[in-house]
Amino acid sequence: MTSSIVVNVKKKRITELLASGKRTDGRGLTDYREIQIESGVIERAEGSARVRLGKTEVLVGVKIATGSPFEDVPDKGVLTVNAELVPLASPSFEPGPPGEDAVELARVVDRGIRESKAIDLETLCVEPGKLVFVVFVDIYILNHDGNLIDASTMAALAALINTKMFKYTVEEGKIVKKPGYTPLPMTDYPISVTFAKIGNKLILDTWLDEEQVMDARLTMTMTKDGNICAIQKGGGSGYFTKEEIVEATKIATEKTAELRKIVVKS
Amino acid sequence: MQLKANKKKTKRERETMTNKKTETLIDKKGIRLDGRKVDELRPVKMEVGVLPNADGSAYLEQGRNKILVGVYGPKEAHPRHIARQDRAVIQCRYHMAPFSVDERKSPAPSRRDVELSKVIREALEPAVFLEYYPRTSIQVYIEILQADGGTRCAGINTAALALADAGIPMRDLVVACAAGKVDGKLVVDLMDTEDKVGEADVPVAFMPNLNAITLLQMDGKLSPEEFETAINMALDGCKQLYAVQKEALKSKYVSVEEDKEE
Repeated sequence: MTSSIVVNVKKKRITELLASGKRTDGRGLTDYREIQIESGVIERAEGSARVRLGKTEVLVGVKIATGSPFEDVPDKGVLTVNAELVPLASPSFEPGPPGEDAVELARVVDRGIRESKAIDLETLCVEPGKLVFVVFVDIYILNHDGNLIDASTMAALAALINTKMFKYTVEEGKIVKKPGYTPLPMTDYPISVTFAKIGNKLILDTWLDEEQVMDARLTMTMTKDGNICAIQKGGGSGYFTKEEIVEATKIATEKTAELRKIVVKS
Repeated sequence: MQLKANKKKTKRERETMTNKKTETLIDKKGIRLDGRKVDELRPVKMEVGVLPNADGSAYLEQGRNKILVGVYGPKEAHPRHIARQDRAVIQCRYHMAPFSVDERKSPAPSRRDVELSKVIREALEPAVFLEYYPRTSIQVYIEILQADGGTRCAGINTAALALADAGIPMRDLVVACAAGKVDGKLVVDLMDTEDKVGEADVPVAFMPNLNAITLLQMDGKLSPEEFETAINMALDGCKQLYAVQKEALKSKYVSVEEDKEE
């Protein structure tokens, strides 16, 4: 268990630096690392995007299939978000079914897309109660260097914007493809920002060293109108005060607007 | 511990459940489906020390929620690789009984259960002096016997009592309550229908003595101003439930004291 000793040393160093407003990689407290977005990198997928956030790297592929709707919403298409912490991405990831970190990541990204009503699911209904389109958003972590949630939200959004649906007509209850494509009907662009609390400081976009020593984590996802559509507190055995949460809301309002411009433009 | 049948659903509640499309969840006088005001909690009952085998246990009823929690430990961590050299780990399982909801739920853990187990564990961890018991595990088993909305909050309230009942040293009790938006109005302690049909849900867990929020989630849509009001409403709810929790803990020892005198 040498790792816990190393972590304690790191924590001391990172906390001391933060007290004077500095971070170990030279960034300001609310600065993001360099963001690179490439869309349409997987031709076989209906939509895809790769996002690099510093050294963190996430690939999202969108596949569209037909299926039956949920019984309680018979007139809407279905959205499914899944995340894989692929073992090649980090020595701490292991093969096997998704663990609680992967499940939480997928559900936080899902909540942002779903609650902001980013995809107009009603237009994805072919025959109410019987046939709808299912949008599969698969998040693939390729390199883990912290802040997987924000990188995944951005990659998922970029991939959805990139998604093309084939044109079709319905003949006798069956879908017949027509030539040409239309973009996926999007009505909002949810963006998340994830705060880490270290000591009594709130910082954004943690890299792995900071993530390992953080006391607690808070993700806020906002719509393009500046409403909050998803929140998740997690990570570690720390807590937030109400004042810190109110402060975070203000920072999130500004920061999500900035990040949205980068993602939507790409 | 007595499993009591709750009073019947109100007429408006029955109509909403069957029609699905409801006209209003809050009527003109500001009264909700189950007869509550917007800032009123459901009736709540808490009891500790209800399971003979567990090291600590508690039972809670809140509205039609019926929740049972058993705590075991601190004991040897298993499997061993989960053990931490410098502190105890909490293993938490949130689980819904197959008969706890309208349509039978498979007893296998769903993705929702996995997420809730994680966030509930993280809500409890800040309260427990984990560093007192290195290399051990504290197991918290939360069973939802009947669900009526807000089960994660009710589960946390019950689990905190069970941990205290197990004699595990804690910084404070953790108490949880949700606020949300229904029919355009902010309300506290959402019941099942309000949770499903409503516009937003904000569960909050809190340690009153430390002013520490240990769980915060949200789904739905709220403006930053509405969100702040919702948190304040949830925290007010937490403070009321905190008094009930303390009473439940005390009453166990009061009854022990009375037995002794007899």
